[in-house]
Amino acid sequence: MTEVILDQTPPILHGPSAKEKKYDRQLRLWAATGQKALEDSHVLLLNSGSGTVGVEALKNLVLPGIGKFTIADDMIVEEVDLGMSKASPFTSEKQEKSIGELFEHDKFTLIMYSLPIKAENLAIVQDYTKRHKVPAISIHSAGFYSYFKIHLPGSFPIVDTHPDISATTDLRLLSPWPELSQFAEGLTENLEDQSLHDHGHIPYVVILLHYLARWKEAHGTLPSNFKEKTAFRSTVAAGMRTDNAEGGEENFEEAVGAVVKTISLPSLSSSVREVFGYQPDETESSTSFWVIADAIKTFHTKHNALPLPGSVPDMKAQSTVYVQLQNIYKAKARQDAAEVLETVRSHPGGKDIPATEVELFCKNAAFIKLIHGTTSASSILEVAKAEFANDESAALTQMPLSLLPIYLSLGATSHVNSATASDIVAKIGKDIPEADSNPSIVNAAEEVARANGGELHNISALTGGMVAQEVIKIITKQYIPIDNTCIFDGITSRTQVLRT
Amino acid sequence: MSQPVMVSGKLTTPGGSAMKKGRWTYLDNVRRNPGPFVSEEFTGSEEAVTASERVKVFGAGGLGCEILKNLALSGFQDIHVIDMDTIDVSNLNRQFLFRASDVGSSKAECAARFVEKRVKGCSITPHNCKIQDKDDDFYMQFNIIICGLDSIEARRWINSTLVNLVDPENEDSLKPLIDGGTEGFKGQARVIFPTMTSCIECQLDMHAPRAAVPLCTLASIPRQPEHCIEWAHIIAWENEKPFPALDNDDPEHITWLFQKALARAKEFNISGVTYSLTQGVVKNIIPAIASTNAIIAASCCNEAFKIATQTNPCLGFEENYMMYTGDAGVYTYTFKHEKKDDCPVCGNLARDLEVDPNLTLEEFIASLAERAEAQLKKPSIRAEKTLYMQSPPSLEEQTRPNLIKKIGELVGNGDEIGVTDPSLGAVNFKYRLKFSKEYRGNAIETASAS
Repeated sequence: MTEVILDQTPPILHGPSAKEKKYDRQLRLWAATGQKALEDSHVLLLNSGSGTVGVEALKNLVLPGIGKFTIADDMIVEEVDLGMSKASPFTSEKQEKSIGELFEHDKFTLIMYSLPIKAENLAIVQDYTKRHKVPAISIHSAGFYSYFKIHLPGSFPIVDTHPDISATTDLRLLSPWPELSQFAEGLTENLEDQSLHDHGHIPYVVILLHYLARWKEAHGTLPSNFKEKTAFRSTVAAGMRTDNAEGGEENFEEAVGAVVKTISLPSLSSSVREVFGYQPDETESSTSFWVIADAIKTFHTKHNALPLPGSVPDMKAQSTVYVQLQNIYKAKARQDAAEVLETVRSHPGGKDIPATEVELFCKNAAFIKLIHGTTSASSILEVAKAEFANDESAALTQMPLSLLPIYLSLGATSHVNSATASDIVAKIGKDIPEADSNPSIVNAAEEVARANGGELHNISALTGGMVAQEVIKIITKQYIPIDNTCIFDGITSRTQVLRT
Repeated sequence: MSQPVMVSGKLTTPGGSAMKKGRWTYLDNVRRNPGPFVSEEFTGSEEAVTASERVKVFGAGGLGCEILKNLALSGFQDIHVIDMDTIDVSNLNRQFLFRASDVGSSKAECAARFVEKRVKGCSITPHNCKIQDKDDDFYMQFNIIICGLDSIEARRWINSTLVNLVDPENEDSLKPLIDGGTEGFKGQARVIFPTMTSCIECQLDMHAPRAAVPLCTLASIPRQPEHCIEWAHIIAWENEKPFPALDNDDPEHITWLFQKALARAKEFNISGVTYSLTQGVVKNIIPAIASTNAIIAASCCNEAFKIATQTNPCLGFEENYMMYTGDAGVYTYTFKHEKKDDCPVCGNLARDLEVDPNLTLEEFIASLAERAEAQLKKPSIRAEKTLYMQSPPSLEEQTRPNLIKKIGELVGNGDEIGVTDPSLGAVNFKYRLKFSKEYRGNAIETASAS
């Protein structure tokens, strides 16, 4: 109980700081840690052509407060420092530098480059991102089409994925620990004789634990398949008193509603299995993510469960009872995290990992996510075959047609400002045989040729918005970036994410 | 409340086509040359391009900065914008036309000045007022309406106004309505051809209202920090009246609520009450970032551009709704929301509404605010005779005795009622009442406890 009170921040008499006021609407999404990561970042925009899409993306990063950016546009470099402490809102210096020189002096957090780009400039960027392990995003916008592709320098694990709140309930009703069972038993003693008020305020977690124990006494096992769960749900419903003024009880209704969702053994999501199955290389394995992931894997092997996240959804209950229940879950979560921390500490690289990082990891363990950095092992021909095979059955499945032809057509103009439709189709034909007999490819090529290399402001603004979201996700290591190419069709107003 | 930009557009080209040519090269690639997906109506002629530039656009709301910039840079030359709000410091993380020195000034005026200065030949007319302050004649002058409004009430108002404006004898009376909205990394853009395609009222269930916490939970069994804040907001404030009227933007008022909520949380051992959460709950703050606003505003303007120029098919008659999600990867779902025959605004049939006939009229009226398919806050109700009128005061007084009467006493099962709510325009919402239970008459009931 005392711990709960210690959680309270002391009352502040002055309101939020100027910075908190300005960034209020975004701090609610990525908190002070995400904001700090943005403010510590230095983003390079390598622009070419009219460059609207790059500038739009950058605008959406300057507004939430990235620390510093550099624009390199046809060799003219503009550097802007947005240090928050400076009296002037920003200082800027313009220098003439070659792209090669630019990379000699500055260390960038992330690079965005727009296409088309000269092949030699692209080679310099790729060399830099590889040597310094810097993530990059390539962007191409022309006419009503665009795409962007994320190039991550290695595997990219995320802890703070912000799962949907409704997905995070983990109550362990099929494997309660002694404190929880005792608490439930205490509240459901002489259930039949309880007053209307008491009976109507038993939290649904406790109701379910009570009827699960009764079920086990009668059947020897817990309800596991759908049929048993349905039968179990009926026994819970039968426990509801209906002879009161309302003709029912809200807490029992909540319990009945929670049966299907909460009466199931926790299973590992494919994302978590992927993390557990991944073999980090030598550099990776000493990073805090992989040290903690390894400790969690050990925990899971031992207990056949992930560490308990510890949060309890709101439910009808007396305040004191609800807080007691919360504390039982919190205590168990702390105990699990302490066990993981012990394993972390015994790891040679685990001595300096902050306990708070381990706790956050334990809380989000069911939702960790690994994005692979390397480019797809499949060739573009294999990707195309799979996409066009789907298109064949699109009429039946009512799925929209693949947007890959847009990617292919823009890709054919990666290093030239414009091309005719037949040039584009011919270029695609080098990778995809019979491209000229695929109407989707021919139409996309015509639409790209029609734009003549020109950007439409709306398409570039929209694409710049999506790119900025991805940059924010990568820099803050929060939410989940795409893997790895996003194609946008401004005619049908649709996106498609593909691995290329 | 901020009313995001409504933009209306006319495309006119001062300076003649010679100046235009060099300047809008990129636009002309698509405005003058056909593509594989253009309709038969596309000509690419000088007249068509000029006509498209004359399209008069109207915009409003939090997406306003983006919408104005996008329209001006897409060749629209006659744009009107409505926003009643003044600039707040918390707007500066996304509304990029505003600077710290603009805090306190009119959003519409400041944005209009900025864009007019940057895009030569584009006229932007600001209106520093509510969208509801303008009449039918005002809206008649526009060709396209774009809304980035932040409230469902404002959306329903402009929607019903534009549906009412449609006159089958006059094709100019049909104004395409393009609506955009964002929340965090998510958003939606939709295109409505009033009376012809699914309207905002048809789609009302896409905006389910937040379930209210029962008063008895706030009053006696709080469990969450939000319950403590709502208690301070609804109960403590009313009891103590520390200031004459609650101003959500006054930090002194928010601090008072925060401290009340904190003390209550302490009493019940509840953790998590912060200043920021207090402000969030009291003001119902929705997270907003520059990038999502850019995506949704640009999607709206892309549709306006396609409608005005016919350079490619627009959303509307087939797919008409694009949902965007950017928090886990990027995902769009673009689909056709079907028009509803029983839409209270654009349909011909009364919509079925389940009701317990044992509720009093007053309870029924209160329930209309929370029901996803109604969401009416100050409804006046007519059946064969007037059941309750919110105004004028004389009529209110006359109909007030009905409030305590049971629904089953006032109307019969299957009766049609008409509901009006001035905040939603001059529309008569039609509902057919279906009794969900048997009417028990005026039997005395036991008071229910919670």
